[in-house]
Amino acid sequence: MIEINPISVEEIWQFLEEVSDPEIPVLNVVEMGIVREVWFNDGGLIIRITPTYSGCPAMNAIENEIKKKLLEKGFEKASVVTDYKETWTTDWMTDHAKLKLKEYGIAPPEKTEDDSDFLTNLKGSQKIVPCPYCDSMKTHLQSEFGSTACKSQYYCDECEQPFEHFKCI
Amino acid sequence: MSTFDTIPQTKQEMLVEILLRLADDRLILGHRLSEWAGHGPELEEDLALANVALDMIGHASALYEYAARLENKPDEDHYAYFRDDIDFKNIALVELPKGDFAFTIAREFLFSSFSYFLYKELIETVEDEQFNGMLQKHFKEIKYHLRHSREWVLRHGDGTEESNRRIQDAFDELWMYTGEMFEMDEMSRIAAQNNLYVDVSNWKQEWKELINSTLEEATLTVPDYNQYMFSGARHGRHTEHLGFLLAQMQFLRRSYPDAEWK
Repeated sequence: MIEINPISVEEIWQFLEEVSDPEIPVLNVVEMGIVREVWFNDGGLIIRITPTYSGCPAMNAIENEIKKKLLEKGFEKASVVTDYKETWTTDWMTDHAKLKLKEYGIAPPEKTEDDSDFLTNLKGSQKIVPCPYCDSMKTHLQSEFGSTACKSQYYCDECEQPFEHFKCI
Repeated sequence: MSTFDTIPQTKQEMLVEILLRLADDRLILGHRLSEWAGHGPELEEDLALANVALDMIGHASALYEYAARLENKPDEDHYAYFRDDIDFKNIALVELPKGDFAFTIAREFLFSSFSYFLYKELIETVEDEQFNGMLQKHFKEIKYHLRHSREWVLRHGDGTEESNRRIQDAFDELWMYTGEMFEMDEMSRIAAQNNLYVDVSNWKQEWKELINSTLEEATLTVPDYNQYMFSGARHGRHTEHLGFLLAQMQFLRRSYPDAEWK
């Protein structure tokens, strides 16, 4: 049988690993868990992505970057479909991605917890986020909102550095 | 479709109507919050309000986009920029001018606490996969908005004499606009029967308890729930404020319809 399409889906995934998040350039869209599915369809290529934070202005840029990358690799008929069926969670980020975040100076998201008792916990204590610089647990929340939709602001009382925490959702 | 006081016939028309009601509330409040960008009382709050505004506009955008797909409109901009005030389905609460910081916080608290209960129940009810996925996603962010505004209600109420007075005034002024959140018009009832909306009276008591306990903790007086309530905005009968907001928000897109970001 003649091989019609010499490029495999696995190779497409590798191409996509070259597309980085415009706001956090150390991370790529695959390890962020943004790309959910890749398949060929009538000679074209379809990439299914799911948005991260609703207010994230980078989502449009990410879609365009994916198209640009695939065009660069010779795929003129690649379409990107935004899908809401699955709800993105920071749990989809790979451990390697979380490590890279920490090295970049952003405290990575911890595992999400069941918060069905959210209302009773409204008055409760805040979770502890270790400092990405000195690993101290003596930190405190400055603001639940930071420089981008995905981050909140913390302060380390040990090394006296402000730092950002990737919101856990 | 001019939906002024018309009842959708098909399930898809109903879904579009619900999507637009939810989206309009969020777009308009998002716009009001965005007016704080660069004017926040402190840097952290400037960022926080801009972030909440972005979330709200993001929620609206996703809902509009889905409605556009169902109605074969070009994109979400159709709803945001090319409808007039009479076609907007948002409640009046979200269109009132931004007021002072206390007013902004009181409104965010009333709206996000309502949204919290609404989304929680909608997620259990809505069968449509895409719509439900959006609700689940937005629900996570609503929790941030609720926590943020609640903290600030406490700080205002339990703060200085002036902050206490300002937030009490804000709640007193906003109160008559809370009735619309809990209105069940014919459209809502039919949509609820079709699992596209929920009977909001189911959890009104829970909502009141959250409001009461927070205001009490903040040493504030809970206004009278049985006072006169404003009504009609969902059906296009808005306050005079919406027209001015839209004039500003829609001007550029309408004057230069083919403009593009370069």
